[in-house]
Amino acid sequence: MFAYYLELALRSLRRSGALTALMILAIALGIGASMTTLTVLHVLSGDPLPGRSGSIFTPRLDPRGMRDFDLSENLPAQVTWTDGMNLLNARRARRQALMTGGAVPIQPDDPSIDPFFVSARYTSADFFGMFDTPFRYGQAWSATEDEQRAHIAVIGAELNDRLFHGENSVGRTIHANGADLRIVGVLKPWRPVPHFYDLNTTNYGAAEQVFVPLTTSRAMRLTRNGGVECWGEGSSDEEHMEAASCVWLQLWVELGDAAAVASYRTFLEGYAREQVASGRYDRPARAELTDVMRLLDEQRVVPSDVRLQVWLSLGFFAVCLVNTVGLMLAKFMRRAGEVSVRRALGASRRSVFTQLLTEAGIVGLAGGLGGLAVALLGLAILRMQPSPAAELAHLDPTMLAATFLVSLLAALAAGVVPAWRACRIPPALQLKSQ
Amino acid sequence: MQIKPILAALRRHKAGTILIALQIALTLAIVCNALFIVHERVDRVNRPTGMDESNVIAVQNRYVGSPPNFVPLVKTDVQALRSIPGVESAYATNSYPLRQGGWSTGIQTKPDGTKDGVPTALYFGDEQTLKTLGVRLIAGRNFNAGEVVTVQPQQTPSPPQVIVTKAIVDKLFPNGDGLGKTIYLSKGKPSTIIGVVEKLTVPWTDFDHLDNVTIMPVIFNSGYQHFLVRTRPGEQDAVFKAIPKTLYGVNRMRVLPEKYGVRTYDMVRSRAYEADRGMAILMSVVCGVLLAITAAGIVGLSSFWVGQRRKQIGVRRALGARRSDILSYFMTENFLIALAGVVLGVVLAVGLSQWMFTHFEMKRLSFTYVLVGVVVLLGLGQAAVFAPALRASKVSPVEATRSV
Repeated sequence: MFAYYLELALRSLRRSGALTALMILAIALGIGASMTTLTVLHVLSGDPLPGRSGSIFTPRLDPRGMRDFDLSENLPAQVTWTDGMNLLNARRARRQALMTGGAVPIQPDDPSIDPFFVSARYTSADFFGMFDTPFRYGQAWSATEDEQRAHIAVIGAELNDRLFHGENSVGRTIHANGADLRIVGVLKPWRPVPHFYDLNTTNYGAAEQVFVPLTTSRAMRLTRNGGVECWGEGSSDEEHMEAASCVWLQLWVELGDAAAVASYRTFLEGYAREQVASGRYDRPARAELTDVMRLLDEQRVVPSDVRLQVWLSLGFFAVCLVNTVGLMLAKFMRRAGEVSVRRALGASRRSVFTQLLTEAGIVGLAGGLGGLAVALLGLAILRMQPSPAAELAHLDPTMLAATFLVSLLAALAAGVVPAWRACRIPPALQLKSQ
Repeated sequence: MQIKPILAALRRHKAGTILIALQIALTLAIVCNALFIVHERVDRVNRPTGMDESNVIAVQNRYVGSPPNFVPLVKTDVQALRSIPGVESAYATNSYPLRQGGWSTGIQTKPDGTKDGVPTALYFGDEQTLKTLGVRLIAGRNFNAGEVVTVQPQQTPSPPQVIVTKAIVDKLFPNGDGLGKTIYLSKGKPSTIIGVVEKLTVPWTDFDHLDNVTIMPVIFNSGYQHFLVRTRPGEQDAVFKAIPKTLYGVNRMRVLPEKYGVRTYDMVRSRAYEADRGMAILMSVVCGVLLAITAAGIVGLSSFWVGQRRKQIGVRRALGARRSDILSYFMTENFLIALAGVVLGVVLAVGLSQWMFTHFEMKRLSFTYVLVGVVVLLGLGQAAVFAPALRASKVSPVEATRSV
C-alpha cells in the first residue's frame, strides 16, 4: 500500500512542480539556518573534558580588600600566589595544578628560520594527568622537578612539527630567551573547547604549545600573560607578583566522588577562616568549589550574539513552517476532486490521510537534504571567518541525524492540518458541485 | 470597493487567511528587530576614532632576548621607521584606538584620592604622536622631545605633562578651565594637563567611556612595542612593504607576528569590528530571504484561491463586473489580510524587542523601524498578490457556463 501512496505522492508533487519546489526550499532554508546556528552553539557550549568535567573543580576564595565589598558578587576565578601555593602544597585533592599563561620566544637552531613567539602555560605537574592530555612521545614531569625548578618543557604537536618535523624530540632542547629547556614530552594534537582552564588568555583559542613548570617560569622570568586583578596597594609589577595582593593564577583540583568534594569544601572553608583569623583576609571568610561547566556558564563564555543568532534562525524556521503549512493547504485542497473520487470509490479517510501525509513526508526528506546542503554551506562560510571559534564549526553526526529528523517531523506536522481538512471534504457534495 | 463580500468570502477560507496573516505577523516581528540590529551594528562599525585613519600603518613588535634595557632598541627602530622614504611621522606606543588591548586607570584630582577616579585609557607617545594619529589639538600645546621620559615595567606611568581628551577635561573640570590643571594618575604623583585633543577613542570597542584617553610622553622599557606610522598620501603601499624589511634590517632579534604584525588602519578597523559586521550581514541576509519566502507564500496561496474561484469570477464577469473590479477585489482581500497580519506583527515585534532587551542587553526597538516594517510588508503583500490577481482579472465570462 505504501508503495502506491509513494507513487501517488510523487506524481502529485511532479504535477505542481513550482509549489513543491517552494515548499522544499522553505523547509531547507529554515532547517539549514537553524542547524548552522545550533551547531555553532553546540560546539561553543560543549564540554571540554567529556566524562571528567564533573570531577574537576576550581577552588575560589575572597582575599580582596574591603573596598567595593558586595556579598552578591562572584568570587574571583583566580587565586593569589600565596593561596595557590598553600592549597597546592596541602595536597588535599587527588590531583591539583596551579598555573598561569605566558608567551615564550622560540629561537630555532636553524638560523634561516626567524625567531617566533608561541603561547605557553606555566603549571605544576598534575596538569597533564588531571586534564588527561594525550602524549605522543615522552611523558609529563613530576612534582620533584617542580620543586627543583628544572629547565624542562612539554611541547605541543604543532610546535614539534614546526621545529622537529614531527620526530621524537624528547631529550632535545628549545631555546627561549637565551635559556635552554629540555623537552621531556610531546603532546598529540590537543584542544579543549572552550579553553576552560584559563578564560583570561582566550575563550576558544588553541591550547598552548609550550608547557613549563610554574616554579621554573618564575625563576627564569618568562613573560607572563593573562588576567590580573589587584586591590589595596597591589600593583601588577612582574618582579613581585608572588607577594602582590593580586589574583593571577588558576588553581584546579580533581575530586573523585561526592565525599571527596564535601571534604575538600570543608577544608577550603576552614582555610578561608584561618586566613581571616590570621588577619590576611579583610573580608568575611567565603569559599567555593566551582566545577568546569558551572564556571563556563558563570563566565558567559558563549557569546550572546551566538545565542541571538539561534533564536533568530528558529524564528526564521517558524515562518518557513507557517509558509509550508499554507502551501500544503493550497496543494491538498486543490486536489479536492481527486480525493473525492477516491473516497467515493471506497478509500477510507484514514488511507487518504496517510497518503497525503506520505506526500508531506517526501517534502520533508527533500527539505532535510536541502537543509543539510544549506547548513554545510553556512558552516563553510563561518569557517572562513578568522576568529578562533570559527574554525571549530563542523557538523557532527548527531546534528546531521537531527537535521533529517527535524525536517521530516516539521513537514509531517505542517501536513497534518491540511491533510485532515482535505480528507474531511464531503465527497458527494464535491463531486456534485463539479 | 465593497468590503463586506470580501469578508464573507474570507470566512470560508479561514485556515488560509489565518496562515497568511500569521506569516506576515512573524515576518514583521523578525524583520524589524533584525533591521534594528543591523542599524545598530553598522553604527558601531562606522564609529569614528577621532583619528585621521587613512595613510596610517600599525606595527606590532616583540623583541627576542632579554637585554637590560629595551629603550635604545625602541629608539633605533623609531628612527629607522622615520627615515623610510614616504613616511611622514612615526612613534612607539603601548596601544592605539581599536587595538583591543591596552592599559586603563583612574584619574584623581587630589594627590591622595581614594575614590574611583575618572576611567581613562593610557597611550604612550612622543612629540610626533598627535601628528601621526591626526587628532586635532583644541587647546594647549604638543609635547616636545625633551619631555619624553622612560618608564620601567614595575613603575606606574605618571609623567609631569599629559595631553587628555576633551571628554576627560569636561568631566573633571566642568567649568572649562581644565588646561594647566594638575591631575593624579598615580598616588602623590602630579601630572599637568598641557594640551586637550578634540576626540580620541580607547583601544577597546566595548568600554563605557569610549572617549576617555590620556596621552603621555613616555617610552616604556618593554620587549613588546607597537609602532604607528603615518605615510604621505599615495605612499602607504610602498611603506607597508618596506617596514618589515627595514625593521629586520636594523635587528633580526625580533618577531613581527605573521597575521597582525604590520597592518593598515583599514585592517585594524575591520578586525576590531569583525563580529559586528558578520552579524549585520547575517541579519540582512535573513531579512531578505524571509521577505522572499513570505512573498512566495502569498503568491502560492493567492494563486490557489484564484484557481479555486474561476467559476465565481466568471459569474461576476458575466454579471457585469469589469476586469478592474476583479483585480481590486483580490488586491483588497490581500490588503485586509495583511492589515490583520501587521497589527498582530506590531504586537509581536514590540514583545520580541522587550524580550531581547531583557535577555541580550539590547536597546529597545525604535518605532520608526516598526513603521517601516509595516509599510514594507503591506507593499510586499500587494506586490505578491498582483500577478495572481491579474490572472484572475483575465478569467473570461465564459467560465461561468463551463463545468470543470
